[in-house]
Amino acid sequence: MADILRYLGQAVVYGGTALLLAVFSNAPSYQHFPPDQAAVRISIIHGAQRKDKCRRLTAQEIADLPPNMRKPELCARERLPVWIEVSLDGFVVVARSLPPAGLSRDGPSRLDQRFAVAPGPHKLHLRMRDSGRAEGYDYELEREVELRPQQNLVIDFRPEQGGFILL
Amino acid sequence: MTIIQRPLRACFFWLEGWLDRIFPPAWNPLYHLGTLGFFYLWVVTVSGIYVYIFFDTGTTEAYDSIEYMTYEQWYLAGIMRSLHRYASDGMVLMMGVHMLREFALDRYRGKHWFTWVTGLPVLWLVFIAGITGYWLVWDMLAQYVAQATSEWLDWLPIFGVPVVRNFLAPNLLDDRFFTLLTFIHIAVPIILLFVLWIHLQRVSRPEVNPARGLALGTLLMLVVLSLVKPAESQGPANLSQVPAELGLDWFYLFAYPIMDIWSSGALWVFLVTLSLIVAALPWLPPMRRVPVARVDLANCNGCTRCAEDCPYSAVTMQPRSDGLPFEREAVVDPALCVACGICAGACPTSTPFRRTGELVPGIDLPSRSLADLRTRIETAVADLSGDARLLVFGCDHGVDLGRQDLPGLATLKLPCVAALPPAFIDYVISRDLADGVVLAGCREGACYYRFGTEWTQERIERRRDPYLRARVPRERLCTIWAAPTDRAAAERALRAFAASLESLPPDLGRTRQRATPAKPQVEELSDHG
Repeated sequence: MADILRYLGQAVVYGGTALLLAVFSNAPSYQHFPPDQAAVRISIIHGAQRKDKCRRLTAQEIADLPPNMRKPELCARERLPVWIEVSLDGFVVVARSLPPAGLSRDGPSRLDQRFAVAPGPHKLHLRMRDSGRAEGYDYELEREVELRPQQNLVIDFRPEQGGFILL
Repeated sequence: MTIIQRPLRACFFWLEGWLDRIFPPAWNPLYHLGTLGFFYLWVVTVSGIYVYIFFDTGTTEAYDSIEYMTYEQWYLAGIMRSLHRYASDGMVLMMGVHMLREFALDRYRGKHWFTWVTGLPVLWLVFIAGITGYWLVWDMLAQYVAQATSEWLDWLPIFGVPVVRNFLAPNLLDDRFFTLLTFIHIAVPIILLFVLWIHLQRVSRPEVNPARGLALGTLLMLVVLSLVKPAESQGPANLSQVPAELGLDWFYLFAYPIMDIWSSGALWVFLVTLSLIVAALPWLPPMRRVPVARVDLANCNGCTRCAEDCPYSAVTMQPRSDGLPFEREAVVDPALCVACGICAGACPTSTPFRRTGELVPGIDLPSRSLADLRTRIETAVADLSGDARLLVFGCDHGVDLGRQDLPGLATLKLPCVAALPPAFIDYVISRDLADGVVLAGCREGACYYRFGTEWTQERIERRRDPYLRARVPRERLCTIWAAPTDRAAAERALRAFAASLESLPPDLGRTRQRATPAKPQVEELSDHG
């Protein structure tokens, strides 16, 4: 009798452990994102223009360089910051200056930001400045979008494809 | 620190006591958390190898191949997938409880620092392996885990292109990424095995496999669980959608909601700070430094018993350095010695009958010497009276039987019950210093110093050197293996033993030689009152 009780007790312990594993391997469920909202994600990696313009070397300066390092121009490494503005339905949701990455500030500027918006039609206005200009923008895009609940709209930037693209 | 440890320790003692009622000590899961962790790892490995045979690396193939395993070949690949999932979760559970128990028992300081600190990379590696495993399924949960982990990694300014850009849109995800992930998911457990090997380097006689019964029970539990509630995916990943509600594996993914609430940077700070605090615990106050065991070469004949019995490999045998005609001598490594005194209990020169000169055994604890113990015995028994004069040898970590109202009772404490050389029991009985001797140590299978109760039992039963002499009447010896929380039951056993002594025939002399020793009285107690 005592042995049966012991085996029953062991079954309870194993059963309890199994229950613990079964429950917490999948529950309680976690609401990561409101199901009645859509997401707009702006993910940009872009190197702005160099801070200083390249200078053409003189013939003497080129001759002074080691043969394997000779080049006609000398360019500073540091890049300008990228200025970006995102407006949604006329409201500015992002307006930031993105510094260049790297110790020498010669890397690309980055932005990765996500915000939840109500589904439905929206008007997006994207603007970027990556040169030293004081006014106006180097890239601009205006687009009407229709968002569904849980849709993930990504704003990317590909200068080779003309600038902003929506994914 | 002790404010946290005490209630935790009491909880463990209470739970272990309950489990002792239904499991033999070799099967009590709480005594074998480390070996169970290893067992879960073997289940994960075997099931993982099988699942890998059917797994296809690719943005759509990965999910499809897992669906095939789960629903088409549910009877084998499906079970293997579930075993893989649940055993991984079990491993995290065992690791967590194992860590908590070692902390509660204060087994992370001093000599234990190495095992404690090397446990941390084990934790990190298990989580890395588990999380990359969730990516491979490439369902909605995988999508969430992939994006959130990438955002977390991107907080470190080390990636040229942010990792999260791999998961922006369906057309940006490359099949090769799954090949890379598979490689990581296989490589990390291999590194984990290597770190586990390092983790056990300072543990002598490490056990990596649980008792067969415990292993079978655990495997059966996992198989039944896999059949009753098979692991399933949560719909194919779709990067043009945001996963809303997810069934999280809280064993592995508990940090993700924290990151959603805080931020990637805050989670980094939290996890790194927590890891550093855990790593620094062995050196935080209260510091407990006790003088380590000391070898007296004049009395050491290099018999190796101390080295064989040391639970922490702190004693090694090295070539003789003092010119005496013995091959080897015992050498104590202070960095490994925990001053449990088990070596002194194993030394054949630890005999209290020696009266010529000072009692100096080949190896001894300077702070709790055997010469001092003999003096304490003689002082303690001087005032004992009655027909059942009892001398209790207790240990620092087992049940405390010192506060009794029995008139004929004296109690002496040792660091570990195995620090008592068997010759001392003979000494007490044969010199009629007491009518009975009680050895009170930790619960069987749960010795604070790993092997104290086991070695003591084997010495009494004359299965391990140094043997308890055959002439010691076993009726006058009682062992009580009990935790501090088992006090009431231990007291009952003590009183029963005292009563049994009174009923012994008066002619059962202490010095009578006995050809065949009777079985000693053994009490294994768990008090849940």
